[in-house]
Amino acid sequence: MKNIIKLFFLIFLSSIFLTKAYSAGEKTDLLTIDWSFKGFFGKFDRGSLQRGYQVYTEVCASCHSMKYLSYRNLAEEGGPEFTQEQAKAIASNFEVEDGPNSDGEMFTRPAKLSDKFVLPYANIEEAKVSNGGAYPPDMSVLVKARSGGADYIYSVLLGYEDPPEGMILDDGVYYNKYMYGNKIKMPKQLYDDLVTYNDGTLATPEQMAKDVVTFMAWSAEPHLEARHKIGFRALIYLFIITILVYFSMKKIWSRIESEV
Amino acid sequence: MSDHNYVPSSKLGKWFNDRLPLLTLADHLKEYPTPKNLNYWWTFGGILTFCLMTQIITGIVLGMHYIAHVDLAFDSVEHIMRDVNYGWLIRYVHANGASMFFLAVYIHIFRSLYYGSYKSPREVIWIIGMIIYLLMMMTAFMGYVLPWGQMSFWGATVITNLFSAVPFFGEGITNWLWGGYSVDNPTLTRFFSLHYLLPFMILGLVVLHIWALHVPGNNNPIGIDLKKPSKDTVPFHPYIVIKDLFALLLFLIVFAFFVFYSPNILGHSDNYIEANPLVTPAHIVPEWYLLPFYAILRSIPDKLLGVIAMFASIFILVILPWLDTSKIRSAIFRPIYKQLYWILVLDVLILGYMGAMPAEGIYLLIARVATFYYFIHFLVILPLLGKREKTLTVPLSITEPVLGGSPNPQMVKKRELG
Repeated sequence: MKNIIKLFFLIFLSSIFLTKAYSAGEKTDLLTIDWSFKGFFGKFDRGSLQRGYQVYTEVCASCHSMKYLSYRNLAEEGGPEFTQEQAKAIASNFEVEDGPNSDGEMFTRPAKLSDKFVLPYANIEEAKVSNGGAYPPDMSVLVKARSGGADYIYSVLLGYEDPPEGMILDDGVYYNKYMYGNKIKMPKQLYDDLVTYNDGTLATPEQMAKDVVTFMAWSAEPHLEARHKIGFRALIYLFIITILVYFSMKKIWSRIESEV
Repeated sequence: MSDHNYVPSSKLGKWFNDRLPLLTLADHLKEYPTPKNLNYWWTFGGILTFCLMTQIITGIVLGMHYIAHVDLAFDSVEHIMRDVNYGWLIRYVHANGASMFFLAVYIHIFRSLYYGSYKSPREVIWIIGMIIYLLMMMTAFMGYVLPWGQMSFWGATVITNLFSAVPFFGEGITNWLWGGYSVDNPTLTRFFSLHYLLPFMILGLVVLHIWALHVPGNNNPIGIDLKKPSKDTVPFHPYIVIKDLFALLLFLIVFAFFVFYSPNILGHSDNYIEANPLVTPAHIVPEWYLLPFYAILRSIPDKLLGVIAMFASIFILVILPWLDTSKIRSAIFRPIYKQLYWILVLDVLILGYMGAMPAEGIYLLIARVATFYYFIHFLVILPLLGKREKTLTVPLSITEPVLGGSPNPQMVKKRELG
């Protein structure tokens, strides 16, 4: 038994070692909050997701696409869980190009649940020219695409400061305490009461940042809740069967003079 | 080899077995005499077989949804993650499965190094194993390119560019590998094709690996030749089957933990950014399991020599059975080798760590020392040590302790100390 525990710990320690070694050099002084979706039973906060969607459409969506999301996702389990009707109503606010029709012409129509989120720009070039040469990244998987994840994006949203003395910034470049290289082309976005939340939550920059980052975390990992749920069951199952197999093994090996 | 005179009990079985002796094979596998003192380090062969099958099965499913095209690859992976039923689970098992596969293979290889399993008469098992390891690295590397993220693209660029160091033909070789003048669509499609092919070649080699194992039989912690079958051995089924299963389940707990609770921790966040040939990431880092070789590559200032050193570090392992001149297999009876073994383990861990760090200043210096020691260990220390080392007395059998032997390797250890 001692050997087994030793072995198990070795596998576990080495896996921790390699994760540490691999993520070494990451910034660690990020702002951090207690995200509801972290941990064994982590789930998204529905209210936060719905508010986050509001912040996204009203503030971010004019420059940032979320091309991997469809309007139907807004009503799916484990997401913001708008009702089917709410999601349909949201979709119908957007115009999409469809066609060709029987006359061979393209036409526009209100978006349906099955449509992808409408993109703010036709192409990267248009996005760049409208944003001083910087391309606003797609936000669908951004949380997974930055080391530091949700904490990092939360920190950048709140990390705008006056540049330190002697630092000269070009026009259209802003100082951000947490941004890689400290220079960012996106101006500060979140100000008090920029949006009006329906549920009466106070729209402070911290609150809006938390909500929109929660929304982005869901968008990057839409099946996170299912993953946590299935994972917990899988682990319970594994623990039980491991114990059963352990005693079977003991029983079988007791037939001979040797230890396992 | 065990009983070749096996006769199936049923008439149909006998009829079939006379034409294709599959049942004889099954009986051989069941009765295969295995040393009874195998410890848990010996369970990783079974774990690795499981890993290979997991990768093949999840990979085949992923291949049904993945599109190998530079404009669509990244999107198709996101499609798998979002819209394919349990696609996220299949992909995370496959991605983390690669890491778990390498974790297991490194334990398997280092077990062999400790107990001298590569020595006569098991050299062929060892060499086949090394070919499997080489194919695994190629497969994993090409698999990492398929999602077509930034690390995929730039990793592929760095690694394929290594071949440009070859004198005269360098450029021709890289262009031939790429199917063009840079890493592009032809590179992606051929990597997909090869990534699908190589695992089946590995599977074939695994069969040979096990076949070659079944000729001399397993090595064991004491490293002595056993009479088979005898009091020192147990039939593979049920004794080893249940023990392997138990160890596999422990392994699966760690595996499941990664898949369900930190599926992206072993990957690089840059790989969730779609490949862009115009933007180079700040640090191009390979997957963790290739880091020691990456460190060796970078620690040599000359590109060609660096590439040679990297390939040599693997080739050295192939000829290890002839570099290690000691006749004693197990490190239990080789007091000096035992210490050097742990120094080697530390050396490889240091190399891995340095591979993840930028190649400059103190990191580069440490990587150089560690690279130097790696080669010294295999090329100088092992050949000399085998001739000079004063080894301890090796018991004659597992069950009948003679000359300080004992049924339990732990006891042998204690006696050495006492």
